[in-house]
Amino acid sequence: MPERSCSANLAGRFAREIELTQPQPKRASLFVTCIIDQLYPEVGVSVVRTLRRCGVEVDFPASQSCCGQPLYNSGFTQEAKRLAMRTLDVFEDADYVVVPSGSCGAMLRVFYLDLFADNPDMLPKAESLSGRVYEFTEFLAEVVGVEEAGGEESGPAQTVAYHPSCHLLREMEVRDAPLRLLESAPRVELADLPDAEQCCGFGGTFAVKYPHISEEMLADKIESILASGADTVTACDMGCLMHIRGAVSRRNLPVAVKHVAQVLDGARDGESG
Amino acid sequence: MAEVATREFVPASQAAVQDTQLRQALRRAGSGFDGTRREAIAEVTPEVWEGWREQARRIKEHTIAHLDYYLAMLEKNVTAAGGRVHFAADAQQANAIVSEIARNAGVRTVTKSKSMVSEELGLNHVLEALGIDVFETDLGEYIIQLAEETPSHLVAPALHKTRGQVAQLFAEKLGVPYSDDIEEMARVARIVLRQKFLDADMGVSGANFLVAETGSLVIITNEGNGRLCTSAPRIHVGLAGMEKVIPSLQDLAVFLRLLPRSATGQRITSYMSMVTGPRRPGDEDGPEEFHLVIVDNGRSRLLQDPALRESLYCIRCGACLNVCPVYQRIGGHAYGWVYPGPIGSIVTPGLVGVAQAKDLPNASTLCGACRDACPVQINIPRMLLHLRHQQAESSDYNQRTASDTDALLARGFASVMSSPWLLKLGRAASRAMAGPLAKDGKIGQSRLPLLSRWTRARDLPIPPARTFRDVWRDELSRGRG
Repeated sequence: MPERSCSANLAGRFAREIELTQPQPKRASLFVTCIIDQLYPEVGVSVVRTLRRCGVEVDFPASQSCCGQPLYNSGFTQEAKRLAMRTLDVFEDADYVVVPSGSCGAMLRVFYLDLFADNPDMLPKAESLSGRVYEFTEFLAEVVGVEEAGGEESGPAQTVAYHPSCHLLREMEVRDAPLRLLESAPRVELADLPDAEQCCGFGGTFAVKYPHISEEMLADKIESILASGADTVTACDMGCLMHIRGAVSRRNLPVAVKHVAQVLDGARDGESG
Repeated sequence: MAEVATREFVPASQAAVQDTQLRQALRRAGSGFDGTRREAIAEVTPEVWEGWREQARRIKEHTIAHLDYYLAMLEKNVTAAGGRVHFAADAQQANAIVSEIARNAGVRTVTKSKSMVSEELGLNHVLEALGIDVFETDLGEYIIQLAEETPSHLVAPALHKTRGQVAQLFAEKLGVPYSDDIEEMARVARIVLRQKFLDADMGVSGANFLVAETGSLVIITNEGNGRLCTSAPRIHVGLAGMEKVIPSLQDLAVFLRLLPRSATGQRITSYMSMVTGPRRPGDEDGPEEFHLVIVDNGRSRLLQDPALRESLYCIRCGACLNVCPVYQRIGGHAYGWVYPGPIGSIVTPGLVGVAQAKDLPNASTLCGACRDACPVQINIPRMLLHLRHQQAESSDYNQRTASDTDALLARGFASVMSSPWLLKLGRAASRAMAGPLAKDGKIGQSRLPLLSRWTRARDLPIPPARTFRDVWRDELSRGRG
């Protein structure tokens, strides 16, 4: 595992010191991910609203596209590189690149380093980006230093089960940030999700290449969600949540499926706030 | 070599997920092993555990990088202790070596302690064809030998069988009254096997470790059968993959902490046997001959490939199987060869050929649980990605097994995603196609070829009228939210 380059940590520390003398808003460039752009724009809206509410200046470079992860995971590294180079260019000057996804975030932070390991021209760019990439909740908790994400004070209370998605947990190594933010949110009660760290069975193309295995994993995840007694299931990845929502919807289960940003933003299920 | 059925992965795994008895057996064993493993780590503290893992990793990195040196040292020291070392390039050669040892000594009965390499070689059938009686003495191996099956787990070969199935098997094959009492079944096996230990003229064992500096073969068991196999018969043949060598006894100490805890959650194993050469003058027991057969059988291919080399660090603890969400749903047999689960999905293509086993590297969500559980920090997901990369883009046509359709789709996807125009066009097309398929704002079960693979069990959203970038341009870019 390549460690996160220390430049990012130093940048963070310096930024914090500067803040003591003259508070300056953090500037985040949003890498929104294709799945949110194309299928769940309301999640992107909640991400932007939450970041802004926490005092972050948000910018959305419109020339961004896919990070290349689906191609990389299928072994097509040449095609993945085309998209990766584009992403490196788009975010070359960004202070922080904020990604509302553990798996796309891992692509930018971890797998670009592997993708360009043999390319001395691109590797420094990949390393630079790697140090500036943060998953959305990680950015709020670790960089901005948010302890309470706020959110709507009114509205019904929710019991929320948090599913830690695999790449967020094991590639980006983000474990506590989403839980801390969710715990601090008003009218949110965290439920205990059994076998929380078990994969939901999405795995990108895995879900359609081996549906018989994927469906078994999904069925167990749904069973855990129901056992948790939660009325809402949340995660930091819309890929996993699309998968989970697919089964919730098919089986007409009384469970809302929301990205963490939507929970923090106080959005109702499937609403763009 | 053992039969290779890796091409049957899809039908075999489809059958496996339907098998409720298998699922029951897997659930019990998987959560049991993994639970005790976690407890064992918690007991020593995760910090100490990480330190051990790093030590083990460094030892393996060093040894595999200097494998020729340590194998030569091992050979010298085994020979000095009175043993004989044989190097086998492939399964056929290894089987021939063991057959010749048996033939020369007029062997009629062989007892075996658990050895995955022996499974890999298909040794039992070769010996049986020579008219030799072969008895597995590890209880799990004995069960699957009776059932004429292959192991489904690295540590617990009969894990796929429920207690009732074993009771039934014993009643049928051994002619004992049906009893599913575990004590009683173990008692029956003990009575049968005790006589075999006394009858055997040759014992065959695997090796958990080979210690180069002393020329010792180390085996770890919980049943004591390994000790009987290696000391009672007049000949002992040890089988080991060439990656099993470690430099010193000091290194062994590190692995003796890691292996039992990772495999079964035990702090220490019940039996640890070190065999250094045959019986010496004045010894009360021990074999007259000691042979060590070191097997390559494709391992040097893994060694030569820097991206797959670390698969040779594996100590066969099975922890990656116990945490793997895929293995836990389909069991070991579906993988189609001797080594199942995450590590098997690397080792099997390496040993039997990438083209033969093209499903194995793909049948994973890359969730990474295996890497976290591995006591030697083997980065299994990264190697799965490497194998997928070979399938998609290798310059060796034999390894490039991805279909032309997949390659075309990949190129198409990259082109669409690189061009705002094509993306808009693609989106308009998918919205137009989604229209007739949609009901209540979503796409339900569909019969269309690719789509049906998603919608069998899950609904699919329809792309909304506006993308996020539309919303950003129209509303968000101006305001502060």
